[in-house]
Amino acid sequence: MEIVRPTDLSGALEALDSAPDATVLAGGTDLMVEINFGHRHPEHIVAVRRVEELTELNGRIGACVTWARLEQGPYRALAQAARTVGSPQIRAAGTIGGNLGTASPAGDGLPFLAALDAEIELHSAARVRRLRWDEFLTGPKQNALAPGELIHSVVLPDEIPTRQEFGKVGVRNAMVISAVMVCVARFDDGRTRVAVGSAGPTTLRVRAAEEMISAESSPGESALAEFQRLVSEGVNPITDHRSTADYRRHAAGVVARRLLERCL
Amino acid sequence: MSDVDFTLNGETRSVSVGTTQSLLSLLRDELELPGSKNACEQGECGSCTVLMDGAAVCACLVLAADADGSDITTVEGMASGDVLHAVQDALVAGGGVQCGFCTPGFVVAAAHLFESEPSPDRDQIREALSGNICRCTGYGAILRSLEDLAQR
Ligand SMILES: Cc1cc2nc3c(=O)[nH]c(=O)nc-3n(C[C@H](O)[C@H](O)[C@H](O)COP(=O)(O)OP(=O)(O)OC[C@H]3O[C@@H](n4cnc5c(N)ncnc54)[C@H](O)[C@@H]3O)c2cc1C
Ligand code: FES
Ligand code: FES
Repeated sequence: MEIVRPTDLSGALEALDSAPDATVLAGGTDLMVEINFGHRHPEHIVAVRRVEELTELNGRIGACVTWARLEQGPYRALAQAARTVGSPQIRAAGTIGGNLGTASPAGDGLPFLAALDAEIELHSAARVRRLRWDEFLTGPKQNALAPGELIHSVVLPDEIPTRQEFGKVGVRNAMVISAVMVCVARFDDGRTRVAVGSAGPTTLRVRAAEEMISAESSPGESALAEFQRLVSEGVNPITDHRSTADYRRHAAGVVARRLLERCL
Repeated sequence: MSDVDFTLNGETRSVSVGTTQSLLSLLRDELELPGSKNACEQGECGSCTVLMDGAAVCACLVLAADADGSDITTVEGMASGDVLHAVQDALVAGGGVQCGFCTPGFVVAAAHLFESEPSPDRDQIREALSGNICRCTGYGAILRSLEDLAQR
């Protein structure tokens, strides 16, 4: 095997079983950069974009569903996030499964998955298992994928929050990796979730802010200000070439508050 | 090496490619189609944009071996013989080309837009070209050329 291009799931799992060190290729928008720059030299590649089961978007989100498709819905905040990824060329190829595979703290699809408490379904020849998003994302650019395992799909809970908003801060509109991004989701009964990306080693939830604001049925100015403060306090950002820790902390609170206001 | 078959600018091709070779390298270095440019190899500049199964993608981010079975159109496939594509015509007429290095990518991305939306507005044009970088024109002449085409 050098490259295999299976068209069904069992073909993909068999290929991974016979060469557990093989690299999975989806849209290639992360992997090809690494190959082109000589950071990765895969000898065996399993190209999965033809696997029909992985392209399904029907109750669950197949790993090979592209940003271009997610931009069209049905999940509002995920569509908003998809719309900010790279450029039309990147969105036509890049997939949600690849975002999970790369597991960058700046992965724009991840805050939505965190806010909804999504599970990631992993398949191998031997077993199927589901991990909650925070069991799957184990560190910056690290995930719980075992050799021979394939990201099959994202499984969302039955109850989807009616209000959901995504926002991202970066240096320009197009083609920008996030300095910080936030997803806020609110159920009709007031229960609220807030997930922040690029503000810690992995995407994180700010539980203190969630608890405080979930108890407010129609939050006024002081509750909103407290929510903003708790979000800023609850993130754990670093300073790097894209932004400073202080700015990220501040922006996370401001963006979270604005998104919450849109959810009310 | 592995063997791939695909349609390239309307012709069926069978070639042998390296395991980690990009479609861009295949096009430029082996198939003698240097129209698609290589300026970054990381999806940032759009100068390598080609159509693959009806989508505009960066050829530098497509694994050549994964192009098997695809229908690919490069900038060389845009004109019909000596007759330029309407987008090429518009860029020439409107001064949307200076050094020309970025032009193939803009031509393919814009042609893709006009295929689905024959009279796009300014925002749609800007959005469709947001993955293409030009270091010469400041974009004004490119946008105006394509707005003129949209109004035709
Ligand atoms: C110019 C540019 C701009 C970008 N902008 C953004 C942005 O704004 N926001 C953002 O979040 N990302 C951005 N990215 C990164 C990238 O586009 C995304 O992370 C995308 O979702 C990756 O998906 P893919 O299908 O292309 O992954 P691939 O490159 O095919 O794969 C990425 C990794 O995941 C693994 N993998 C993929 N699918 C599976 C699977 N089903 N099972 C197991 N492992 C798998 C691969 O082995 C690889 O390690 C950008 C990239 C480029 C080049
Ligand atoms: S060379 Fe492919 S996007 Fe720059
Ligand atoms: S005309 Fe020179 S880069 Fe665009």
